[in-house]
Amino acid sequence: MGSPVKITVSGANFFYGSNQALHDVSMEIRPQFVTALIGPSGCGKSTFLRSLNRMNDLIPGARLEGKVELDGENVYSDSMDVIHLRRRVGMIFQKSNPFPMSSYDNVAYGVRVNGLTKKRIELDEVVEKTLRAAALWDEVKDRLHRSAMSLSGGQQQRLCIARALAVEPEVLLMDEPASALDPISTAKIEELIYDLKRTYTIIIVTHNMQQAARVSDETGFFLSGRLVEFNETKKLFTAPRNRETEDYITGRFG
Amino acid sequence: MRKFVDRTFVVLSLAATVIILAILFVIIGNIAYHGTERLSWEFITAAPESGMTAGGIFPAIYGTVLLVLLMSLAAVPFGVLVAIYFAEYARPESRLYRWTRMAVNNLAGVPSIVFGLFGLGFFVQSIGKAIDRAAYSGRLVYAQPSILWAAMTMAVLTLPVVIITVEETLRAVPRDYREASLALGATKLQTIFRVVLPQAWSGVMTGAILAISRGAGEVAPVLFTGAAYFLPRLPSHPADQFMHLGYHIWVLTTQSTNVEATKPLLYSTVFVLVVLTFLLNITAILIRNRMRKWAVR
Repeated sequence: MGSPVKITVSGANFFYGSNQALHDVSMEIRPQFVTALIGPSGCGKSTFLRSLNRMNDLIPGARLEGKVELDGENVYSDSMDVIHLRRRVGMIFQKSNPFPMSSYDNVAYGVRVNGLTKKRIELDEVVEKTLRAAALWDEVKDRLHRSAMSLSGGQQQRLCIARALAVEPEVLLMDEPASALDPISTAKIEELIYDLKRTYTIIIVTHNMQQAARVSDETGFFLSGRLVEFNETKKLFTAPRNRETEDYITGRFG
Repeated sequence: MRKFVDRTFVVLSLAATVIILAILFVIIGNIAYHGTERLSWEFITAAPESGMTAGGIFPAIYGTVLLVLLMSLAAVPFGVLVAIYFAEYARPESRLYRWTRMAVNNLAGVPSIVFGLFGLGFFVQSIGKAIDRAAYSGRLVYAQPSILWAAMTMAVLTLPVVIITVEETLRAVPRDYREASLALGATKLQTIFRVVLPQAWSGVMTGAILAISRGAGEVAPVLFTGAAYFLPRLPSHPADQFMHLGYHIWVLTTQSTNVEATKPLLYSTVFVLVVLTFLLNITAILIRNRMRKWAVR
């Protein structure tokens, strides 16, 4: 393509034991783009997403063949420090999962475990900055030290985004981040994605095709573990090249 | 006919339940009734006198509480470590896991008198002797029954309970939290200590409660490892022997020369043991509830 690339996946085959979940997937993800991954349940899009920061390592018997490169560096090489990789490639999960601690401690968690700063003032700054970036500051600034569990679902998810931003990642992986939220909270998350795009490379898995069309620059359509089509979002939704893509986005199956 | 069988069964199971309840009431009632007769401040705070026909049982209360505390201090951290290995690190198919798992399960079924003998052979005669040889040039200090070895023996006895309880709580901590932590660049160790364990504190306390309940009442394990028939003073050193409520009850029951004089004392001692076990439990439960409140603050 000639344009800069943040993540390159080439010829990725993914297995859960003897069960193959991804078949020869290749994709180039551009920096400061929002890349959406769509497809029916079980098509491998979440597996693909989780292989980018090696979260799949946690599943016994899972393995990847092929190559995943972050800035040209092989993510699956022995010399790759997984801890460091996960700091660079943050993740937002489908179900918001703040730790049962205060909002402040949630956001500060990554900073603390990575030993980024010990000074209270600096920590305060990071917390405020990231909460502002996640558009949550005004809502929680008066109750930073109260349990994050008392926040609403949408606030919790934005807190999780703030928590991920606090370790200054380069890439954000979002696994259906709004699927459990009401339309207003969803809209807020989408606005946030739009803002964050300026700084981060974002890859978002979504079941919601309108959402993919609204927030993303490029979209990949997965089916049965294969990347069927990958194109600019506008083109993919208005003029799909592939018959299966067309059937899916027009709601004829899935 | 079928209806008759049906009814009979209901009556039968109800009767069984009532009998159990009745037995409990008789025991508790009997102890409370006779046990409080001789109970006084002096009985709780004084040492036995005149061949255990007068005086109090303070050394035994003190010894039992100290034993239980020392035991918890050993059993809980050790049990938590094993539970962490089981729940977080062990792969179910690994041989080490299968063997240790089997060991823990079987440890729970070993009769307590066997633990007593084990404690005597292992702690007193092996470890104790080794310490004496290394640190006291062979002088007899640790190679004899003491509160330390009794507590260690009791800890081994209660370990399976602690391990299994803590392990279950660790497993109950949602996967989401672990993933969230790891995805932020935390190491596995950080994840365990900062996210998983804090949520499992109530389980750790439950393990401690169960261990205390078991430990406070058991006599057999301390019989050969540290409990003394009678001691004029309180234990002040880990290598000292101690008096134990359960053992004291056995002594009063079987070794008395004047049954009529010891009987009220015996009743009161039993009453104190029951109340003490109850109090230790309550304390641990209160601490656990307090911790739960902190956890969800």
